[in-house]
Amino acid sequence: MLPQIIFGYFAIVTIVLSLVIITRKNPVHSVLWMLVLFFHIAAIYLFLNAEFIAAVQVILYAGAVLVLFLFVIMMLNLKEELSSERFIGEWPIGVALGLSILLFIFFSIAKLAPGPLGKFTIELIQKETHTKAIGKVLYTEYILPFEVASLILLIAIVGAMVLAKKRT
Amino acid sequence: MNIPLPDLTPIIPEIIMSIVTCALLTVEVFVKDKTKDFLGIICIGTALAVMYMIPMSQGVTFGGMFISDGYSSYFKFIFLISLILTILISFKFIQREDAEFGEYYSLLMFATAGMMIMASSADLILLYLGLELMALSTYILAGIKRHDTRSNEAALKYFLLGAFSSAILLFGISLTYGLTTSTNIYQIAEHLKQGETSITLLIAMIMIICAFAFKIASAPFHMWAPDVYQGAPTSVTAFFSVGPKAAGFAVIGRVFFIAFESLQMDWTAILIGLAILTMAVGNILAIVQTNMKRMLAYSSIAHAGYALLGIIAGTTEGLNAVMTYLLIYAFMNMGAFAIVILLEKGENIKDYNGLSKSHPLVAAMMLVFMFSLTGIPPTAGFIGKFNIFMAAINAGYTWVVVVAVCFSAISAYYYMRIVMNMFMKPMEAEAKIYPNPANGAALLISLLMVFIIGIMPSVVIGYTFQMFM
Amino acid sequence: MVPLEWYITLSTVIFIIGVIGFLIRRNIIIMLISIELMLNAVNLSLVAFSHYLQDLKGQILVIFVITVAAAEAAIGLAILVSLYRNKAVVHTDKITEMKG
Repeated sequence: MLPQIIFGYFAIVTIVLSLVIITRKNPVHSVLWMLVLFFHIAAIYLFLNAEFIAAVQVILYAGAVLVLFLFVIMMLNLKEELSSERFIGEWPIGVALGLSILLFIFFSIAKLAPGPLGKFTIELIQKETHTKAIGKVLYTEYILPFEVASLILLIAIVGAMVLAKKRT
Repeated sequence: MNIPLPDLTPIIPEIIMSIVTCALLTVEVFVKDKTKDFLGIICIGTALAVMYMIPMSQGVTFGGMFISDGYSSYFKFIFLISLILTILISFKFIQREDAEFGEYYSLLMFATAGMMIMASSADLILLYLGLELMALSTYILAGIKRHDTRSNEAALKYFLLGAFSSAILLFGISLTYGLTTSTNIYQIAEHLKQGETSITLLIAMIMIICAFAFKIASAPFHMWAPDVYQGAPTSVTAFFSVGPKAAGFAVIGRVFFIAFESLQMDWTAILIGLAILTMAVGNILAIVQTNMKRMLAYSSIAHAGYALLGIIAGTTEGLNAVMTYLLIYAFMNMGAFAIVILLEKGENIKDYNGLSKSHPLVAAMMLVFMFSLTGIPPTAGFIGKFNIFMAAINAGYTWVVVVAVCFSAISAYYYMRIVMNMFMKPMEAEAKIYPNPANGAALLISLLMVFIIGIMPSVVIGYTFQMFM
Repeated sequence: MVPLEWYITLSTVIFIIGVIGFLIRRNIIIMLISIELMLNAVNLSLVAFSHYLQDLKGQILVIFVITVAAAEAAIGLAILVSLYRNKAVVHTDKITEMKG
């Protein structure tokens, strides 16, 4: 019973926070609520025995991405923004579209038939520690995507320089 | 623990592209040259060398994650052709546009490397990363004229919708993974053959279709294309209209023909709807455009619709027809954009009035490209459409082909309007052109290929297939 | 033990909230945040699948998604900064140079 209650708490908080985030008028508030949300999602990862992912979530999302967002928001002048309309005029259409997709997916999840089980049982991961198990797979089987990811980060650096540099 | 080094032969083209690009980024800082032309020349040299190497580096490596076979090689050939033509038309143009950064060429190279990885990946994780490598480079390229509001706007729209579509793609991948415990497309196919199809799998597949439809600018996911094509620098637009589209088709071919083979009935039905809608939207909205780049954007949407017919056919013949079509499309579309770049003011359709009087040669070349885009023999465009339609008819989709032919007839209206403007209308003002050897070379290559493929299709197509497949 | 379906349902709900946020808001920063929300939902479902299927591929993909999300955020915000320099708006309805 206890796991269900804990899951219920996290589920309700994440859903409420998501709704709060997309409805705030001031982006700064959205970003700060996002911070709380990321911590809750990290907690769910812990619940799923994924300690490394939880740590990365907090360090990278909360530590890097959100700080970047806040930096940019502080650079821009948002006075004018706060006086404009919150939603687009046709917002009920957007909501209806989203909810219909949601219903559609709900029906299918009830009949979810997961694939075959793999070899990384919980005991194995606990014996080997999660970080080591992930590292072993990442640096052997998935070394090629890892290298491609490094190119993507290089592009992000180059792109930020090209786009945001002042005109000379 | 001893980790054996994987066989690197199949991936040598991608490695060379990445290393040269990283080197370019470094070299560019130290060279105080006023123009950056030498970077472009290095890129063209690299692209030619890689093109030469592709047929020699075949095989499967990284545990079946990376496949270099005839199929991927042919697509890589198309990507490299479009890269070379883009660089040729860029040389003087980006100086004129005041967007000459050394990074311009590096980003083109990175985008091409991303497409090559996409075409070769047999694993959804690698596919996603290749797609992002391409997409992130193209977002920056769209906004590379950072002092121009329209370029900023194009980059922003492309970025927002692109990021949205890749999130949808990820959700599809996640559901597929959950249902099959695998991200390798061959293993997914094997698993799906055993079990019955569930609704969840269908949803996953639809989400993946939506994301790729966005990449190939197929309706109803085309909204970004006109604005992005119009706002981005013209040379970048030319690149967008060929490279990412061909990469999208490469992935659609691989993922749907292999991974979702057992769902062929379902995805064919969805793609027929998409194809007809795409042809309708592209051809009908192209008629009302007054801006040349917007018109070419809608025309490229329509061409994505025709190419989808080859995928719908679901046969090897259909897939081969798509590949040939994309190769031909690369030449004719690049040619049309090269003319737009050649003119000082080529953005408005009005600017082409009476072009035949001031510059008959330019007008004649534009005429050829417009004929080819319409699909009139003896140009290559006719061969491309003919192959696609034949493949679809042989697969039993005659009614779809009839619809496509009708839309193709509509398309003649807006292509011929350009020709009319050039040859029939009186000249308003003397059009100024900026001829330069590189742009001329690009035009010459495109023109020759449009004619050679149009007149002797079996020779050229047979040769390229033999070379790369 | 919490069943897998609960996690997937939670992830779907967050994903759809992100989609709705993207569709109904026109503030670029909030649209970007909605995309981050969608990516987080995907990550959640991947980790849940990965745990229940006893397979690590899903978590590997999560690491890549987080990497790409960081790169995407950097580029998106750079585009926003360059736009703001020229135009001083962060609202997509006010960015309409091109129409047709």
